[in-house]
Amino acid sequence: MDLAAGQSPVLELRGISCAYEPNRPAVEQITLTVHQGEILCLLGPSGCGKTTILRAIAGFERITDGSISLSGRLVSSRDVMVPTEQRHIGMVFQEYALFPHLRVEKNIAFGLSHLSRPQQKAIVDDLLTLTGLRGLEHRYPHELSGGQQQRVALARALALRPVLLLLDEPFSNLDPDMASRMRQDLHALLRQTKTTAILVTHDHDEAFSMADRVAVLNRGRLEQFDTPEAIYHVPTTPFVADFVGQADFISGVVTNDVVTSEIGEFPNTQHLATGTSVVVMIRPDDIHIVPTKGADAHILARQFKGSENVYTIQLPSGQIVHSSESSLSIYQVGTAIALRVVATHTVLFPQPLESSGKKDPGHGNAPPP
Amino acid sequence: MDDRVQQAAVSLVEGRTLRCRGAWTMPDVAPVERALRRMTWPARSALVFEASGIEAFDTGGAVVLYRALMEARRQGCEVSIQGLRPDYAQLMSLVSSHWAAMVAEVAPRQNGSERFRASIRNRVAQGAGALEFLGESATALVRLVASPRRLRWRSCLNSLRLDGVHALPITGLLTFLIGVVIAYQGAEQLRKFGTNIFIVDLVGISLLREIAPLIAAILIAGRSGSAYAAQIGTMKVTEELDALQTFGLSPIELLVLPRVLALVVALPLLTAYADVLGVFGGMLIASNQLNVSFTAFLSRFEEAVALRHMLIGLGKAPFFAVIIALVGCYQGFQIRGGVDDVGRHTTISVVQSIFLVIIFDAICSILLNWWNL
Repeated sequence: MDLAAGQSPVLELRGISCAYEPNRPAVEQITLTVHQGEILCLLGPSGCGKTTILRAIAGFERITDGSISLSGRLVSSRDVMVPTEQRHIGMVFQEYALFPHLRVEKNIAFGLSHLSRPQQKAIVDDLLTLTGLRGLEHRYPHELSGGQQQRVALARALALRPVLLLLDEPFSNLDPDMASRMRQDLHALLRQTKTTAILVTHDHDEAFSMADRVAVLNRGRLEQFDTPEAIYHVPTTPFVADFVGQADFISGVVTNDVVTSEIGEFPNTQHLATGTSVVVMIRPDDIHIVPTKGADAHILARQFKGSENVYTIQLPSGQIVHSSESSLSIYQVGTAIALRVVATHTVLFPQPLESSGKKDPGHGNAPPP
Repeated sequence: MDDRVQQAAVSLVEGRTLRCRGAWTMPDVAPVERALRRMTWPARSALVFEASGIEAFDTGGAVVLYRALMEARRQGCEVSIQGLRPDYAQLMSLVSSHWAAMVAEVAPRQNGSERFRASIRNRVAQGAGALEFLGESATALVRLVASPRRLRWRSCLNSLRLDGVHALPITGLLTFLIGVVIAYQGAEQLRKFGTNIFIVDLVGISLLREIAPLIAAILIAGRSGSAYAAQIGTMKVTEELDALQTFGLSPIELLVLPRVLALVVALPLLTAYADVLGVFGGMLIASNQLNVSFTAFLSRFEEAVALRHMLIGLGKAPFFAVIIALVGCYQGFQIRGGVDDVGRHTTISVVQSIFLVIIFDAICSILLNWWNL
């Protein structure tokens, strides 16, 4: 361990694996660190193992390999399993898991039975104010709305001043309006209380707006661990590129230090050798439509999204790309168009071996024409 | 354009071209799949999948085509696809990009001995889990004995009310009817020999010693054991159990011990109550069918039915209670995943607890007979 560093990270995962059934690991070789005051998001599609990691940190699941340290103390490994209550973590559950027979104040004070009554009351009062629940302290959980229940769950978890707060898909049961309000409030609250937190989500918007750093997971493996900006602009794998936003993948080949593709040339940012087949990831906001008579690309579909129009475009080869235009520029389906490509954030991936003929490694975001 | 789409078909032309035609859609693609499975691929040669004849295509068709492609490639052919329409090609790429996941979903087929070993492993793991639960409960009980203030009185009393008091009507009614039934069946036989008075021995001993404790236990297993599994299971599904743990509270101490203790008190009491009503049922039939008056019945009862029969019956009840409560709670903790699992484990808890109660009862009978009790 690095003694010189003074402050050890709050949480350190070193190569952890978890398996519910032998030989079918749910997560494999995850390495992460979280520092004091940081908010980390575990992002991935359902079934990618993000909740398993959270439960392993909380001490609900055993790990089969690697180690977990909290504040420099080993809490989980193959042979070590420190019980949950000795880990000093707080957890907000997906369904909140409030105790149905207890009033709000009793729910919040649930873990404080070792303190005196006045001390308990002081903490509960503080948290009621902080979470905006004042006036509701005598209600039962079933008399509260989803957002209020979640605030209670949050207050209950924060009451013990945990070293680490774990949140399992905290906004998945709220309607979108409420979710975005809760997101802002939660972010402010975590900053205000200087709480270190890990949040599990499948929503990249949520991850980007909440997190200092994001860990993208796929099929139990860590795909990328970086800041939200880096994840969006410099994804290291096609999966990440596709998962965190709409992306098209266009095959091209490196010639004379540029990448030549069907829709134009791109800079060879990775300095790949001439002749290498690559896939270029391009986002819809980099592709613009120029209606041109006799052009050989045409519009297949338009999707109105309020602030923008997303056009599905078919190139002469059959390749599908997407373009996002302002919400006022409306073109008819079938219009022949040329593309103007402003490559601000393209990313190159050397082409996987497994492809021949027309098959491209594009991912499943192409709608059926 | 001709609306009629041809049936899907494949044919190998000159060992170099695989001509695909027709509608490659579910479920019509099945014959093609069979044909492709039987196909012998020309070894080590270039093979062209001529796909321009495909007139309709869905993911089912794409899977069949992709599988054929992979198989041909595995056997050493140089495979390429020609003439697949662009939108169909999109579908193919969709299938290819999810192929690994799709193959992984289908569990590999196991042969008999592997399945057998897996099931043994599974059983052993289950047994170990049950033993672990038993051990945890026992240590929690020891902790409780060491500091009785930890007991959740409110929870115990609540359980006593729900599982004991509320079970009185049904237990009473059923054992009364069982007493009636036994007396009726006995009456038929005893009348033949004119030994009517022995109805007292029959009803008294069988009810007090075996039937009343068993009926009470089976009823409680159905009423309370299943409820324990469902209650604890629901708390597990809503993650309430995990929440308790983060606050350093042991679910066993909080949920299991109060239920076990309440049932250990309630079941013997219910059994005694069942004894009374069962014998009363028998007594009614005895006076009605066999002309054994109440006073004759009771005086015979006093001399014929030894106290030990009742004590044995009552003595078994706490053990039945422990079995029922532990099995119910254990099955509740075993619930993983969703709500459908709650139903499954509730059923298992009833079946298992009745099974174990009867096994335990049988062992008791054998042992007691051995010791001439």
